[in-house]
Amino acid sequence: MKLNLSTDSVRLLIPALSLTVLLCAVFYLQPRAMSYTGLNLLFNLAVPITLATIAQMLIMTVNDLDLSMGTFVSFVACVAATFLPTDPLIGAAILLAAIAAYAVLGIVIHVRELPSIVVTLGMSFVWGGLAVLILPAPGGQAPVWARLLMTSKPPLVPMAIVASIVIAVVTHFIVMRSSFGVLIRGVGGNTRSVERAGWSIIAARGGAYALAAFFAVLAGIALVGLTTSADANIALRYTLLSIAGVILGGGEFVGGRVSPVGAVIGALTLTLAGSFLSFLRISPDWQIGAQGAILIIVLALRLLLNRLEKREKGR
Amino acid sequence: MNQAMNSHSQSVPVVEARDVKVSFGAVRALAGVDLVIRPGECVGLVGHNGAGKSTIVNVINGGLSPHEGTIAYKGEERGRTGIAAARGHGIRCVFQELSLCPNLTVIENTRIMHRALTGWGWRGRAAAAIRSKLDEIFPGHRIDCSRAVGDLSIAERQMVEIATAFADVGQAPKLVILDEPTSSLDASLAEQLLAHVRTYVAGGGSVIFISHILGEVLSTATRIVVMKDGRVVADRPTAEFTQAGLVQAMGSVVAEKKDARVARALTTSEPILSLPPRHGRGLPFKAFRGELVGLAGLSGHGQTDMLVDLYHSRSGNWLRRGNPQVAFVAGDRGYNGTFPLWSILNNLSVASLTDLSRASLIDERHEVELGEEWKRRIAIRTPDMENGILSLSGGNQQKVLFARALAVRAPIVLMDDPMRGVDIGTKQEVYDIVRSEAENGRTFIWYSTEMDEICICDRVYVFNSGAIVAELTRNDINEENILAASFTEAVTREAVA
Repeated sequence: MKLNLSTDSVRLLIPALSLTVLLCAVFYLQPRAMSYTGLNLLFNLAVPITLATIAQMLIMTVNDLDLSMGTFVSFVACVAATFLPTDPLIGAAILLAAIAAYAVLGIVIHVRELPSIVVTLGMSFVWGGLAVLILPAPGGQAPVWARLLMTSKPPLVPMAIVASIVIAVVTHFIVMRSSFGVLIRGVGGNTRSVERAGWSIIAARGGAYALAAFFAVLAGIALVGLTTSADANIALRYTLLSIAGVILGGGEFVGGRVSPVGAVIGALTLTLAGSFLSFLRISPDWQIGAQGAILIIVLALRLLLNRLEKREKGR
Repeated sequence: MNQAMNSHSQSVPVVEARDVKVSFGAVRALAGVDLVIRPGECVGLVGHNGAGKSTIVNVINGGLSPHEGTIAYKGEERGRTGIAAARGHGIRCVFQELSLCPNLTVIENTRIMHRALTGWGWRGRAAAAIRSKLDEIFPGHRIDCSRAVGDLSIAERQMVEIATAFADVGQAPKLVILDEPTSSLDASLAEQLLAHVRTYVAGGGSVIFISHILGEVLSTATRIVVMKDGRVVADRPTAEFTQAGLVQAMGSVVAEKKDARVARALTTSEPILSLPPRHGRGLPFKAFRGELVGLAGLSGHGQTDMLVDLYHSRSGNWLRRGNPQVAFVAGDRGYNGTFPLWSILNNLSVASLTDLSRASLIDERHEVELGEEWKRRIAIRTPDMENGILSLSGGNQQKVLFARALAVRAPIVLMDDPMRGVDIGTKQEVYDIVRSEAENGRTFIWYSTEMDEICICDRVYVFNSGAIVAELTRNDINEENILAASFTEAVTREAVA
């Protein structure tokens, strides 16, 4: 049976399995979580993390890494909590400019052959500084529509789940099925051959970065919609969370091997791991370490599966 | 065929390069090349590594703009140049090193290579196109087009790349450039490809065919262009060439059949290296001191796996042994051979750093001496060993990998088809070194897909489906016996016992 599975489905198996196991453990520890409200509470904060993970995944598709994801989402949150409700036009213009800035970054990184890690690390201070300039003290107010959207209660299935599924389907279509998705994954896999086929790598890189920025903007707005106010440091931990989410979901740092569905599942797993540890009553001092241990276990499982797969292929 | 030639002699050339000059820094890669390709001809392009074949190909496919001279597609003298323009005129290229995206499926790679595949339903159209082309060129290929290219074997990847180049997706190919297309295909697949090239050319298409296997060029091309030092030195119909004539035109000594190796009595009866039968089938493996053992058979039938197993059996798994037992010469340079960012010297000395260091610090003077010694011994063509490894041509990079393995004191050298795509001159130089090292008592285990390399070995093991099916010695080693053995099934051990 296993022989017939494609590499991609094997890649998805581990994240899906770990999410299920974690979910079962949470339900066992706290049976009341097994309800509409419970699920909503468990996964509420997953929506912005999922969007940020997708953004990071797009950058990783073209073999780069974005270390400014956290500060960028914070910056967007600050814009969303200040300009968007009062002057929607100015707010939208700022966000569009930010997306354009990302596209330019992608082009500069490609043309000047700069390491993306260095450039985005530098940009993280720029975004952080801009966020403080816009919102020096925590506060602001979420746009009404964002608040309504994030707190809406669709029938049967909670908002967080619906949003995750929509994000997974839409990004799967963009990254795995569309021509543009094939192009940017091709750039990640073998830039030279894509170039030899007559494509513009500059456009592909710029496009990937702009699309990533678009999803990061959605992440910032979703976050403000949930928290109702913003702070310049609100999403700092998203940088590492998003990278971990992509890797957890079966993506790889280089080679254009990514999986949007996996990334969404990875982000959900990371969110759930936090709640799981709280339910276990592990003291907050140990929680980060324990979260790391969960990550290591899941990644070790993936390595094991890769090895099994290789052995079967060799047969 | 003749009729096709006549009717096309007046027609507009597919591509016309006039007095093209290209130089990289001080190195003149092309010193004024004229090359005209007309519809319905297959032009064989031969020459040593570094003769300028790849450069002229890159000029024709638009990847490189000539510093002087002109390039015209379909007679448009002042037309656009560049990759997109060349592809727009139906020029397709299969490169020497495989150039597909390993993370994408076969279908998605087709999409990347064919920009004309747009709009809804491109997946279906791409799948139909690539499948029918694969079926047409390589009947019975068994490649699943929905699989990622990285999961395919190296021969299958090459087949996919060839089929992609010939595929007609909204825009028919006019000129297909094949750069060493058969180097990773075995004999039967290569013959299928050559047959397809002949029908394609007979149908009015054009092909530029680059190969170091002169027999293929002579049997397939309608016209042969010989290049040397960035110039065209001969350009005549194939009928006017013979194998010896071609080699002479390329400017290298005719390779005479070497069986001058004196049969030496094997002084030790104890094998230096041995392995039980693979997967419980076939014959066991043994190698003695000072022997040249060849691994033959169709490509991808377990030869590389056995080399890797031999390597692991004699080298520490976790810790490096102080006194290395085996050295490995990689065949896939990009994959497990060179360090692309390092200098030639560092690439050469990396395996012998323990010998070169004192108190775990590298003695740089020693390292430079080692580099100079090997540069002289195997003639690495570079002004300075500190240059990057990628500044060398493919054959010279391969020499550096050889030097790396030979510089180690290891008594056993494993070679994983390292002469793929290397020119005859370099090959002869390496054969001589291998022979003299074997005389000095080193053991070479040599997997090769080329018959003349197998024929200089002392003993040959023939592989089929992962097992050794035959052992040939000395006088029995010839093409006929090896081919016959390649198609015999391995006997199961249990059945024998």
